[in-house]
Amino acid sequence: MTVPAAPAAWRIGPVCRTDFVRYQGASGDMNPIHHDEPFAQEAGFPTPFSVGMWQAGLLGSYAASWLGPENVRRFRIRFREQVWPEDVLTCDGKILREYAENGQRIAEVELTCRRQTGSVAVTALATFVIPAETEAADGE
Amino acid sequence: MVDPAAVGNAGTAFRMDIERGKIREFAHATRSADPRYLEVDRPVVPPTFLTTTFFWQHDQADPWPSVQLDQQRGLHAEQEYEFFGPPPRAGTRLTCQSRIGEIYTKQGRRGGELTFATMHTDFWDEDGRLVARATMTGVETGQPPKGET
Repeated sequence: MTVPAAPAAWRIGPVCRTDFVRYQGASGDMNPIHHDEPFAQEAGFPTPFSVGMWQAGLLGSYAASWLGPENVRRFRIRFREQVWPEDVLTCDGKILREYAENGQRIAEVELTCRRQTGSVAVTALATFVIPAETEAADGE
Repeated sequence: MVDPAAVGNAGTAFRMDIERGKIREFAHATRSADPRYLEVDRPVVPPTFLTTTFFWQHDQADPWPSVQLDQQRGLHAEQEYEFFGPPPRAGTRLTCQSRIGEIYTKQGRRGGELTFATMHTDFWDEDGRLVARATMTGVETGQPPKGET
């Protein structure tokens, strides 16, 4: 093994409106559909729902702590299903492949954020460089 | 309705300063406790942090409205960040510019035509080196979606 094994699945929640609002403040996306109850209901939704980029950010946190914040080179997110207040999310990841490019070792990983229903909310395909010291520390 | 003539439209360049406190706020909001974000003087940005162009991109810098994606039938389908080396660090002053990439259609699985549009935002550091590129993909469905992300 040259790439560290994926950390245990990460459970988040039950998530709440405060999580969404806090992310909106941090990101600058203030779309009221994610925090304003009458606005969301007027638009035909039972309640506000999460910002897709929040779940994507959770996957970013999981992946960065796994493979190193400095090592990310590509992070491609696909939005699949909405996340609602009271949902319990689970983030996990797996290594798809390892390869060498321009003298660097690269790991391509797939990251998935699921709802408690088992359905997928967001996926991300990411590439990280694997520094030589990480390989050594892995104790192969 | 999406306007195919929007392809190639570019916004004016804008400045974005990468700040330690903003990285810290973003890390907390995305539940990261990683000391490499929180405990160092010049942390790199988290993988999705460049979405905070919201705070820096003024109207003339944003060509996305020219696509005229129908807000009632529009969804944020994909978002990608590429880094051409380590992500930019706190203390870096970036110059950013957005342009409309491609506009194309696909048949939807449940019938109806889907129209996709992409926007690229390039990020250069003080030395003029391209350090990152963000690509947003929006889709307009044939009928109003159940919701958006």
